[in-house]
Amino acid sequence: MKIVLKNIRKEGYLPGINSYMTQGGYEALKRALKTTPEEILSEIKKSKLVGRGGAAFPTGLKWEFTRKSRELPKYVVCNADEGEPGTFKDRFILEKDPHLLIEAMIICGFTIGAKDGFIYIRGEYFKAYDILQKAIDEAGTNNLLGRNILGSDFSFEIHLYRGAGAYVCGEETALLDSLEGKKGQSRVKPPFPTFAGFNNKPTVLNNVETFVNIPEIVLKGGEWFSQIGSPSSPGTKLYCLSGDVKAAGVYELPTDISLQDLIEKHGNGVCGRLKAVLPGGVSSNLLTSSDLNVKMDYSSIQQAGSMLGSAAVIVINDTHCMVNLAGRCIEFFDYESCGKCTPCREGIKRAREILTNIAQGKGELSDLALLKELQEVMFDTSRCGLGQSALNAVSSCLEKFYGEFKEHILKKKCKLGICSMGKDF
Amino acid sequence: MSLEKYKQEVKKILSEYSIKERALLPCLHIAQEKCGYLTEEIISFLAQELGLPKVEVYSVVTFYSMFSLEKQGEYVIRICVSLPCYLKGSGKILEAVKEELNIEAYQTTADKKFTIEPVSCLGLCDKAPAIMVNRDIYGGLTPQQAKNIIKEYKKIK
Repeated sequence: MKIVLKNIRKEGYLPGINSYMTQGGYEALKRALKTTPEEILSEIKKSKLVGRGGAAFPTGLKWEFTRKSRELPKYVVCNADEGEPGTFKDRFILEKDPHLLIEAMIICGFTIGAKDGFIYIRGEYFKAYDILQKAIDEAGTNNLLGRNILGSDFSFEIHLYRGAGAYVCGEETALLDSLEGKKGQSRVKPPFPTFAGFNNKPTVLNNVETFVNIPEIVLKGGEWFSQIGSPSSPGTKLYCLSGDVKAAGVYELPTDISLQDLIEKHGNGVCGRLKAVLPGGVSSNLLTSSDLNVKMDYSSIQQAGSMLGSAAVIVINDTHCMVNLAGRCIEFFDYESCGKCTPCREGIKRAREILTNIAQGKGELSDLALLKELQEVMFDTSRCGLGQSALNAVSSCLEKFYGEFKEHILKKKCKLGICSMGKDF
Repeated sequence: MSLEKYKQEVKKILSEYSIKERALLPCLHIAQEKCGYLTEEIISFLAQELGLPKVEVYSVVTFYSMFSLEKQGEYVIRICVSLPCYLKGSGKILEAVKEELNIEAYQTTADKKFTIEPVSCLGLCDKAPAIMVNRDIYGGLTPQQAKNIIKEYKKIK
């Protein structure tokens, strides 16, 4: 079952408009323009599609809220600021099937009543930027963008906008600030972007992967989509397998696939012996071998005590020290915190100090309780998802590999010889 | 690129924006790419042209990791140090590149040819450990392969 990668997986498929048209490209747009926005909304709601960026918010509702907002103009924004470590699915789509995204955004513009769309793309995605720009130009030449699209009354433009290296801009409100030419710092919600987004106007903001599901839903209907995968969050998902796995890559699979099948059947198994898995990147809680039967949909992963997020499935084998890896995770957040709110800015620094001390043999048992407390405070009080989830991986390391931490603290020993324990190498 | 030519480019970008401040990032990107860093002169010019306080331009420049206030090397070597690459040995890649160039992370060689930038995930996790040299991508590297890549760039005059 391929929805998002239906074209990409075909042999000889190229990112140009001719390839796309041969595969039935822009047929969904043609159909959409012949129906009404209400009908499209109804199909998307029926599909039960939820946001693929990580928050899993129902897409139909998001579009409906924006459509019903009275403020004008309205905007469509695509979040292509893929930055969660272990996530590389959007790059894949942007580079290989840009017209699928463009078609989806035009349909969104038609549905909510917007004239302008923006693609906020990661600064480091140079190649994807060039490919997208070319695709936007091609769409313009073919009257798929611009004034009176395909002879209709509807006009729509798409603008490309480059980020400049800030993980936090993947958070929707930080992205909007960045799109407005400012530092990418999160805003207080509410108001949500559906009411006050870009330029404080109603804005639909969706992830690349969410958008590219739309054309197929328009063509085949919401009912059809809702029957695929797990009933709670139907459809397929792009799973990004990385780390200690034999066949790292992007896999599109129905959401009822188990973690075990994902790793064994599609990833060809673990390199070495499995120690832990982060199912949703470094912002998620660790799972271990006892969780392998979990289904890879949002609610099942949540019930297992973690989160699917953007489905950055990072596999970790037993050659790695968890104290060391916890330190690497927190280093990332320390570098990427925007510094706007105190719990995130200060909490991460303290957590990093504590973990550094433990890795240098200067830790105390009471530090572990402190880490747990920090995680709880940051989860409750940080402004955005970055701070709220920054210590998830660390605290789950602690919970599931308590023995390793204890050994580092009490015996001043790293069994795997990875942490320096105060000695200079 | 000369300042005059840059000013023309900025005027062109501004013509596409109804709210001038919104054009700050695109204007900074061009300067960074063409000049290798953002000079005092460029920052003052942009502040004036976009109607922003100079401090605001500075704060944006220092917020984003792709902008820099110091001249970067002709080749910026971005080494991913996030978890998926780390699991596959990015720490050793970083050490190898530092050794090959005889500089530390975030430093630029004396001949202004290379800058080492440890960076967060580049979305190349299926090719871990991965690096980028300007726009070119290299993945699945061993420390020796990383050194060899740098050696090739050294040969470019």
